[in-house]
Amino acid sequence: MASPDGTYGTAGAAEAHPFFGKLTWDVFPFFYDPIVGATFVGTVLIGLAVVGAVTYYKLWGYLWNEWFTSIDHKKIGIMYMILGTVMLVRGFADALLMRGHQALASAGYIGYLPPHHYDQIFTAHGVIMIFFVAMPFVTGFMNYVMPLQIGARDVAFPFLNNFSFWLTVSGAILIMASLFIGEFATVGWLAYPPLSGLKFSPGVGMDYYLWSLNIAGIGTTLSGINLIVTLVKMRAPGMTWMKMPVFCWTTLCTNVLIVATFPVLTATLALLTADRYLDTHFFTNDLGGNPMMYVNLIWIWGHPEVYILTLPIFGIFSEVVPTFTGKRLFGYTSMVYATCVIMILSYIVWLHHFFTMGAGADVNSFFGITTMVISIPTGAKIFNWLFTMYKGRVRFEVPMLWVIGFMLTFVIGGMTGVLLAVPPADYVLHNSLFLVAHFHNVIIGGVVFGIFAGINYWWPKAFGFKLDPFWGKVSFWGWLVGFYLAFMPLYVLGLMGVTRRLSQFEDTIYAGYFVTALVGALCVAIGIAAFVIQIVVSILKREELRDVTGDPWNGRTLEWSTSSPPPYYNFAFSPRIYDLDAWHHMKNHGHERPKEGFVPIHMPHYTATGIVLSGLMTVMGFALVWHIWWLAALTFAASLGYGIWHTFNYNRDYYVPAEEVTNIEGARTQLLLEPAE
Amino acid sequence: MSDATHNTHNTHDAHGSYRSYLIGFGLSVVLTVIPFWVVMSGSVNSAAVAIGIIFTLGAAQILVHIHYFLHVTLKAEEGWQAMSLVFTVVLLVICLAGSIWVMFHLHENMMPAHEQIERVRNLP
Amino acid sequence: MRNPSDIGLDELPDDGPPSTGVPAFDFYVIEEHHDDEDHHEHETGTMLGFWLYLMSDCLIFGILFAVYAVLGQSYAAGPAPVDLFEIDMILLSTFMLLFSSITYGFAVIDMQMGRQKNMSRWLIVTGLFGLAFLGLEVKEFEHLIHIGATPSASAFLSSFFFLVGTHGLHVTAGCIWLCVLLAQVQMHGLTTENKRRIMCLSLFWHFLDLIWIGVFSFVYLTGVLL
Repeated sequence: MASPDGTYGTAGAAEAHPFFGKLTWDVFPFFYDPIVGATFVGTVLIGLAVVGAVTYYKLWGYLWNEWFTSIDHKKIGIMYMILGTVMLVRGFADALLMRGHQALASAGYIGYLPPHHYDQIFTAHGVIMIFFVAMPFVTGFMNYVMPLQIGARDVAFPFLNNFSFWLTVSGAILIMASLFIGEFATVGWLAYPPLSGLKFSPGVGMDYYLWSLNIAGIGTTLSGINLIVTLVKMRAPGMTWMKMPVFCWTTLCTNVLIVATFPVLTATLALLTADRYLDTHFFTNDLGGNPMMYVNLIWIWGHPEVYILTLPIFGIFSEVVPTFTGKRLFGYTSMVYATCVIMILSYIVWLHHFFTMGAGADVNSFFGITTMVISIPTGAKIFNWLFTMYKGRVRFEVPMLWVIGFMLTFVIGGMTGVLLAVPPADYVLHNSLFLVAHFHNVIIGGVVFGIFAGINYWWPKAFGFKLDPFWGKVSFWGWLVGFYLAFMPLYVLGLMGVTRRLSQFEDTIYAGYFVTALVGALCVAIGIAAFVIQIVVSILKREELRDVTGDPWNGRTLEWSTSSPPPYYNFAFSPRIYDLDAWHHMKNHGHERPKEGFVPIHMPHYTATGIVLSGLMTVMGFALVWHIWWLAALTFAASLGYGIWHTFNYNRDYYVPAEEVTNIEGARTQLLLEPAE
Repeated sequence: MSDATHNTHNTHDAHGSYRSYLIGFGLSVVLTVIPFWVVMSGSVNSAAVAIGIIFTLGAAQILVHIHYFLHVTLKAEEGWQAMSLVFTVVLLVICLAGSIWVMFHLHENMMPAHEQIERVRNLP
Repeated sequence: MRNPSDIGLDELPDDGPPSTGVPAFDFYVIEEHHDDEDHHEHETGTMLGFWLYLMSDCLIFGILFAVYAVLGQSYAAGPAPVDLFEIDMILLSTFMLLFSSITYGFAVIDMQMGRQKNMSRWLIVTGLFGLAFLGLEVKEFEHLIHIGATPSASAFLSSFFFLVGTHGLHVTAGCIWLCVLLAQVQMHGLTTENKRRIMCLSLFWHFLDLIWIGVFSFVYLTGVLL
């Protein structure tokens, strides 16, 4: 993407104008880059269509009042899932572009992506997939499911929950803005200095990266605190720690990891930001700075982050497997301990990401050994799921298919991980496509498959009808076949010595592998398309797929005791827990729904503070990226003032009158009485 | 929900009295003044001993503050307050000691080339 | 804790005793409608949440300390701590923070006794000590920048300014919060919410004092010795 004057990577490197900062007409790449231009036109058309449709059906008020300002954990959870899906499409488009380009480039063509554009794409792909796809999906699940599973009516700090969500959106908006205004970073997803420093990345791409992640990271930390307090304080009476569903345990450990590691990310990125904005010398090459300290710090956050993504997914599997085998989870206690052990161990393995940096044999062997040790509790979990299925009546519904796909794929990824944990082997494989194949193997095979298992499993709870199984199966097979076709060749290429992030090739012997990988990526595209079709078809066929019982899978945990979708207060009466798998226990011991005697329920008011504050933060981030200092100062002052003003509002909750509860519960009683057909 | 509400009263009592605040303040003053005196008077000749004194008293003062000002007890919040504090301390130690260890070794192995060459020459 | 059915292998797929039809368990809590209880419940949640925030903040400082530990001796041929730090001024600002800690403690005691006026007075005194501390810090920074020891002079100075400056920013935030709280107490009196907020700020304030202990021991005192 050469800008008009023919230089690379300098969009917005000009002197700042007092009013417009570094914004000039030259920074809009769609004027001169055909790929970005076409994307821009497409995005604008889709955007106009959505805005037009919302306006035509007069939905703005509904969206604002019922969703954007909502502090209902269920709605926030669903909004997180929507954010994740939208960003998945964006991130996957990047992946397809890269696969297509590499297939061409390795076969002796030039390909269609200039190096500078290619670098932006692999950076954006990594950042988006981790921060704005995997994280929102995982947070969405934790938000939606966990309070229902512990019998709570909402999270501990409902307003903060809404604010956290909108901060994440704010980060996503900044990343998306970089596509059309200026450029994105060209430094790889973790932005190692000195490449990411001002000297070698003078453009605005790195600034987009920094402000986007800083804003989203604050949101994630707040959400972590919120969910921990929810779990500690709001469990239903009788739910002792060892009667808590495994998904709640993994949620707890995940959020402990979030609260204990995202500050590290915030601090590290703040130091890099200071290097770029305040001319400090933390990670520069000169005046005593040490770029390797950045690598060290970012991985202190980065490795626990891997488990932040996978632990909740392990929780999803631990819910799906018992439900679809009709058995209690095998080894509940060992599952809990394994989760806690992983939580602790994930802090002492970070150096395995940079064995080759040269810290020496003793340091490397310590971290190599801890890395191998951490695979033990993970392996224990796999055995637990297998033994749960053993002699069970396994129902091969769509969620269960994803689980089986996960178990096969994840074990391969885990084993290549142990290979990489051997420092001498890592010296050969470091930064090769073998590594790329490994982490896609665990993240797709682990996290993504788990996300789809979870979506298929909890969709009927959220919307009152099941997802269409046919398109679900198409989606599953597309992803599974596509994954193996796309990444097995990369293992081979890595062993042959091909490094990651290459946009040009001299030799054409790799072409066959890259073309195979492209075919795989296209299969994954089919999987994603089938997922979207699955949702559309299911909405159209919703009457056919309707479930009125609230318990379509014969579930075992408390969320299945409510109606589908659950009323906004979740539980008319707080449930009392006697056993693990509380709902299964209730069903087996003559549980009857309470039908009268309802009392007023204490609930929080909806508030627009979260979205307004995040909107201000988005503008502030944008202004800082473009060095529009007056706007940054203004929005900072405005958000500070608005935040303080918000604390003067003491009227934050109300009581749902008993009649309203009686009406809602009565309607459900009617529904349950009607014959199923 | 239910078992969480009962300890509210305990925590209220634990917020201290004039006596405990004054004890905490007195201890802090002593623990602040000694290390400053050590440095300002220069009466301890060995830097290592002086640093040892500073770090020990600093750690002691942190404990004093945690007990007398922050009122962390093992019982507050069902032990979650103390537990999260211990967990944070463990992580701080891991981050600090780990970073220093890693970066020290890196520094040692990445010495300027001429020193490395000298070292190789002097090998037996 | 250990449940017999954890063993699982010889367990029948549909476990549990057969349904008897008679509810043997009381599955729902029939709640009484109490205003007061809800407030208490909320209170404990907020305090724990705020404590967890402090722990995460502590880790931010931990990283800044780690950076200082690694880069603190990279003077890049520039000034070293012994050339720059004036220990007697640091002793003075340390005492400003210590005094502010104990006056906040007195404010909390007054709050518990319900003496709103006294409490506000102690809070104002606390704020003044906080401002005095900030004033000393600004003066120190001004002096350093004036003699050319700016954050961009060396990695040591970058990490020094960032660690001490982040602490200073926290104290500034604490002072702003203090003013907001004073106004809120003036408007609404010592309500449950306001008491909770005063307790949160108390934790924050004492926590900053605690970080300062690390700063003066590790940065200033150790710095001039090395």
